[in-house]
Amino acid sequence: MDIYLLEAVINGILLGGVLALLALGLNLIFGVVDVIWIAYADIVMCAMYAIYFLYTGLSVPLPLAFLIAIIGAASLGVLVHLLIIAPVLNSAPLNQLLATGGLLFFLQSFATLLFGTDFRNIGVRLPVLEFATIYVSFARLIAFAVGLIGAIALYGFLKWTYLGIAIRALAQDRDIVGLMGVDPRRIYLVVSAIGGGLAGLAACLLALQYDVHPFIGNTFGPVIFMICVLGGLGNMIGGFVASFIISQIIAIGGYYSSTELSYVLAFTFFIVLMFIRPRGLFAR
Amino acid sequence: MLSLAAVSAGYGSFQALFDVSLEVAQGEAVGIIGPNGAGKTTLMRVISGLIPMREGAMTLEGRSVGGLPAHRMVEAGIAHVPENRRLFPRLSVEENLRIGAFIPQARAHFAERLDWVFSLFPRLEERRGQLAGTLSGGEQQMCAIARALMSKPKVLLMDEPSAGLAPLVVQQVFDLVHKIRAEGLTVLIVEQNVQQVLEVVDRAYLLEVGAIKLAGSSAELKDNSFIRQSYMGL
Ligand SMILES: Nc1ncnc2c1ncn2[C@@H]1O[C@H](COP(=O)(O)OP(=O)(O)OP(=O)(O)O)[C@@H](O)[C@H]1O
Ligand SMILES: [Mg+2]
Repeated sequence: MDIYLLEAVINGILLGGVLALLALGLNLIFGVVDVIWIAYADIVMCAMYAIYFLYTGLSVPLPLAFLIAIIGAASLGVLVHLLIIAPVLNSAPLNQLLATGGLLFFLQSFATLLFGTDFRNIGVRLPVLEFATIYVSFARLIAFAVGLIGAIALYGFLKWTYLGIAIRALAQDRDIVGLMGVDPRRIYLVVSAIGGGLAGLAACLLALQYDVHPFIGNTFGPVIFMICVLGGLGNMIGGFVASFIISQIIAIGGYYSSTELSYVLAFTFFIVLMFIRPRGLFAR
Repeated sequence: MLSLAAVSAGYGSFQALFDVSLEVAQGEAVGIIGPNGAGKTTLMRVISGLIPMREGAMTLEGRSVGGLPAHRMVEAGIAHVPENRRLFPRLSVEENLRIGAFIPQARAHFAERLDWVFSLFPRLEERRGQLAGTLSGGEQQMCAIARALMSKPKVLLMDEPSAGLAPLVVQQVFDLVHKIRAEGLTVLIVEQNVQQVLEVVDRAYLLEVGAIKLAGSSAELKDNSFIRQSYMGL
């Protein structure tokens, strides 16, 4: 195999780690609250701005800036649920989409108003590592490792804690979890906080690699939705696997053609698969 | 123990229960019988807080519990085995039992409670790792009852536990009611299987179109000619 192709494959796997984190968050919220957060990637954008201003503006140490961004994004998740989702929880799905879609335009416009359309970078340059003539960006390696750890931690939480089991139970039968002593409204808040926190964590990883600007959410938001649908909406493991499939298509496609074309390729793959398996690759 | 006074409830503009009053004493087993659509399930849902009552009062051990949401009713001591079992199909048997012990006071005694439930239903222990959705109908009913018992309730509500089960399994379910009562639990049970339920309960109420039409001890109801004709086919 040619060495540059191998490099593309490895970078694809590393990209998949961050995408997986976001796909997990979106899928968790969808599976439990049954609402699609169209504005999910824009929470990442907000957290990236928080990191940028904390680190470059206020000279907060980077790890602390990351921590604050994660907590801030989790709080934003709770706020989004209370202010936007909860009032439309029993409305038609279209109204819910309009509500979270409205949030997307609100956040993007608000960010433009406050910060302009400048591309900003926190200016942390991490080294590029060389393994036997294969070059791998250290930032991507970290992103992949943290993405994987985050996914495993979430899995353990959902699998082995009372709260985690309650979250899965609610996703399967929301009408009767009350009979188990579970307050559904509390579970919604917990899940929104976790979803927001995962967006915050992804923001930390992305801030090391990309510039932040008001529309950064648009560059990977659609990819995350595609991944979630491909894996079967609400299916966490499906979404996790689909993250790596899509990131490979983007990486290998980018190697043979251009990055733009590789996205076209990924979406074509997606559309074709939707005809073959309308309910996702891993539909039960 | 549990008392309802002139309770009304419904769905939207539809009223399903009219002025229902009933009493269940400590340690008693009481049945609710009635035709399809009479409002039996609605009554159970009101008691467990799944739907709010519109009028009336409800007390548990003398304390007013009317209007509490379902998760508070579990903490107050009411467990509800819902109609059609409603297990969480993609959780294992053990996870279903664990979620049954979600409230703090039950969590603390999870291990001993699990032992007790497994002693009542040895079959569940054999199947503890299996997904609940793949259990047989009878096993699912056992699991649903076990899940409700995990919260260490004072009152157990059962909504048609014998529905859809083979006669032998139905008998097992009713035998179980005896065992549960021996533990001091109070039981309120909805049944279409009138003849058999009258063998295990002390008293029963007949619910028709959302109102209590008749009440009496099991012996009285077994001899009642209206019940015999309409509900026992005798
Ligand atoms: N979610 C609901 N929305 C609207 N109406 C409902 C709802 N659930 C029940 N009803 C109506 O309330 C009435 C009582 O229903 P309920 O389920 O309590 O009857 P039931 O006695 O349990 O019947 P069955 O023996 O068939 O289980 C019925 O007319 C039913 O159509
Ligand atoms: Mg019913």
